[in-house]
Amino acid sequence: MTALAPETLARWQFGVTTVYHFLFVPLTISLASLVAGLETAWVRTGKEKYLRAAKFWGKLFLINIAMGVVTGILQEFQFGMNWSDYSRFVGDVFGAPLAFEALIAFFFESTFIGLWIFGWDKLPKRIHAACMWMVAVGTVLSAYFILAANSWMQHPVGYRMNPSSGRAELTDFVRVLTQNTAVAQFAHTLAAAFLTGGAFMVGIAAYHLMRGRHVAVMRSSLRLGLVTMALAGVLTAVTGDRLGKIMYDQQPMKMAAAEALWETKGPAPFSLFAYGDVGPPKTGHNKVAVEIPGLLSFLAHDNFSEPVPGIKDTEDALREKYGDKFDIADYRPNIPLAYWSFRWMIGFGMSSFALGAAGLYLTRRRLWLSPRLRTSDEEVPRLALTRERELGPALTGWYWRLALLTLAFPLIANSWGWIFTETGRQPWVVYGVLPTAAGVSPSVSQAEVVTSMSVFIALYAVLAVIEVKLLAKYVKAGPPELTDSDLNPPTRIGGHDADDPDRPMAFSY
Amino acid sequence: MQLHDIWFAVIAVLWTGYFFLEGFDFGVGVLTRLLARDRRERRVLINTIGPVWDGNEVWLLTAAGATFAAFPDWYATLFSGFYLPLLVILVCLIVRGVAFEYRVKRTEKSWQDRWEAALFVTSLLPAFLWGVAFGNIVHGVPIGADKDYAGGLADLLGPYALLGGLVTLTLFTFHGAVFTALKTTGGIRPRARRLATVLGLGSSVLTAVFLTWTQLHSGDGRSLVAAAAAVLALLAAVAANAAGREGWAFGLSGVTIAGTVAALFLALFPDVMPSTLDPRWSLTAEGAASSPYTLKIMTWCAAVATPVVMLYQGWTYWVFRKRIGTQHIAENH
Ligand code: HDD
Ligand code: HEM
Ligand code: HEM
Repeated sequence: MTALAPETLARWQFGVTTVYHFLFVPLTISLASLVAGLETAWVRTGKEKYLRAAKFWGKLFLINIAMGVVTGILQEFQFGMNWSDYSRFVGDVFGAPLAFEALIAFFFESTFIGLWIFGWDKLPKRIHAACMWMVAVGTVLSAYFILAANSWMQHPVGYRMNPSSGRAELTDFVRVLTQNTAVAQFAHTLAAAFLTGGAFMVGIAAYHLMRGRHVAVMRSSLRLGLVTMALAGVLTAVTGDRLGKIMYDQQPMKMAAAEALWETKGPAPFSLFAYGDVGPPKTGHNKVAVEIPGLLSFLAHDNFSEPVPGIKDTEDALREKYGDKFDIADYRPNIPLAYWSFRWMIGFGMSSFALGAAGLYLTRRRLWLSPRLRTSDEEVPRLALTRERELGPALTGWYWRLALLTLAFPLIANSWGWIFTETGRQPWVVYGVLPTAAGVSPSVSQAEVVTSMSVFIALYAVLAVIEVKLLAKYVKAGPPELTDSDLNPPTRIGGHDADDPDRPMAFSY
Repeated sequence: MQLHDIWFAVIAVLWTGYFFLEGFDFGVGVLTRLLARDRRERRVLINTIGPVWDGNEVWLLTAAGATFAAFPDWYATLFSGFYLPLLVILVCLIVRGVAFEYRVKRTEKSWQDRWEAALFVTSLLPAFLWGVAFGNIVHGVPIGADKDYAGGLADLLGPYALLGGLVTLTLFTFHGAVFTALKTTGGIRPRARRLATVLGLGSSVLTAVFLTWTQLHSGDGRSLVAAAAAVLALLAAVAANAAGREGWAFGLSGVTIAGTVAALFLALFPDVMPSTLDPRWSLTAEGAASSPYTLKIMTWCAAVATPVVMLYQGWTYWVFRKRIGTQHIAENH
């Protein structure tokens, strides 16, 4: 049996726990804004359906964010636990955005979420809605700081190597926060998060509309979700393309691996399907390849003919550049993984976007719609194909069902996107500066890592079951009926306590 | 005073903030078994910290993040060295956070019982283990020339460290009982006060022994002042509590926590993690620190952000200032 490399287990643990954390992150980011928007709609229009919608989605949001928060806590410590040499090496640069994230973003999120949960009978409605906006701002800030940190690992800038300590030292913090990798990755991840939230809303709204239940609330939610999906989908593609060009420039190997492009080609084709052998360094070929000519050149260079370096040439270039400084046997990441994760990211995410865009068209309002097909706020929308024709009941049913079944597609795409970026960076943990194998904790034994990994996997599996069941329960229950106290929110901070000191709390744990 | 000394102090302040705030909510978690007589009362306790526990916990994340940024070597050696105890703490914090949020999401008795049991255990263990961790930091652990932890699990369970665990556990539980007296109304309030007297007296003995030991091991004049202040404040807190001055008692138990953390950090300085193998291998504030540039940026950020955070967190406590009793807890969940 070949011994495991010391970093292998640490990588698995980091990958598993981080991808798990990121199952909750996109929904938290997007639902915070969507719920805040719905509550604001209620504050401004006074329409009850918006308040019911805000409460319904708010509850699902809370079930989700609870998991996001607790799995995030582990992340904060994990660098030190399993990647102590990495932490020593990068702390000077990497620690700062992490500390900023806690100090600026996490305090925001966690404090205002408490005010929102318990504040229904304590805060005037405007302030209450503002609290959710604060949470939303917190999530976006948090994403920005952590992605800036992550982008630094993808493309280190604004630092110098200290020759005496052998550590990276920050020289330009603004550069770290504003480099193009950080901006593009932030935009792409944020857009993908909103696509995720939109699809979640649409899927659940479709579930209720299919049964003709809670129509007023679900109709508005459907609309909001579809618009979010369409906009976010376009932005995801545009920002992804931008990120691709940056990635090509900074990590040519990742691009070549994503395409299983072994030999340099110009014009370079985009691969639709490939199957082949990887083999030891400097070998490898595709046995089967289905390709669109010229498209990869376009993705990398904006024209259809310029050459794109293949894996083998890139390997040579990297060995040339780093060979005398680092002892790295193989400069290639896991190529099948890079290839397929890239495709699954795009495939799952974009098919969900297509469904959303189609839904937006099919449920369009007055425009080009014969009066016969127009529906009121209390009716399930009809899916209109042309001005006069609507989809038959069977197809309509399929549309709703498909929306429900694909509700998690963007979530899957997000996970693959991360697996792609992170594994595609291998063998580096900080690109061109620190090989992954040099980052692990020397003092942590394999037995300890096996212990912690088993504990986390078991715990996370149990929590996943609990959370999914709870979500299902609250999805089925539908939006709550409003009570008197919902309809008469306090007009001053602190609520009506002075009038009735024994009144039960609107919400209690 | 140099930037890394300032940051040593800032880290101490962040831990003080964490132990002050999450200290009472760990304490309240422990009291759900020691004090509450039925589910209604347990829920009263849980709801005294309901809106704030999450914000309190972020003080820990900030302390960890700031340590990473300001003292990368400290962060690396500490968290990789204390791997298994830290694992237990993290599992507790994970389960605890979910317990708050999910307990009310179903009405079955067994469901709620389980989450309540979890809440108790996951409050008790970290309250104990943080003390063990700090005991080890102050007394030193085997650290090799490569700055890495060279001991095993047993090296972390010495008598001084375990005593430290008992100190934080009893201190936090006392702090929680005083907080409960301050935040509740009805039958729980006088019982919380009585229990606080017992806990406070017990804790003052343990704290006095622990701080004396610390003093003998590596104390100086300043740490002596802090230690004396901590013990005196604790006794004063017990007295204020017995006299029914709940606000004073809470403030004084806060001073006790601040004094204890200050005494430990002063006894530690200028090391951040002494090595028991060879003093030359100890991590020092100067040696473990980041570059002056990073520290300067961090200083600006902390100077601007911390007051703002304290302002809005303080506002939250003001919004939820009303005392809670069983009558305020709605029945159906
Ligand atoms: C793109 C965004 C993003 C990424 C890449 C990560 N996170 Fe995260 N994190 C969030 C976006 C986020 C969030 C949206 O802000 C969360 C999700 C749930 C929540 O409450 O906030 C969060 C929560 C969260 C928390 C709990 C905060 C609290 O108590 O309120 C911590 C400590 C971390 N994260 C730390 C990390 C670390 C160390 C990561 C790197 C491996 C990481 N996160 C990746
Ligand atoms: C700023 C945030 C992040 C940082 C600092 C970070 C850092 C790291 C580090 C240190 C490793 C281990 C070394 C390695 O194998 O490359 C790693 C691996 C990994 N990370 Fe990230 N990561 C971040 C965010 C994420 C997110 C959000 C995800 C996905 C949800 C993710 C997915 C992965 C995966 C799948 C691996 C395993 C890759 C492998 O070992 O081959 N990462 N990352
Ligand atoms: C709903 C989720 C997502 C969708 C639909 C999506 C879609 C896309 C698309 C269409 C591209 C452009 C491909 C190109 O023009 O070359 C792209 C590129 C990229 N995406 Fe995503 N993405 C998603 C999530 C993510 C996430 C969460 C990450 C991780 C940070 C990520 C990382 C990347 C990277 C690194 C590229 C550039 C790849 C390259 O071209 O070499 N994606 N994505």
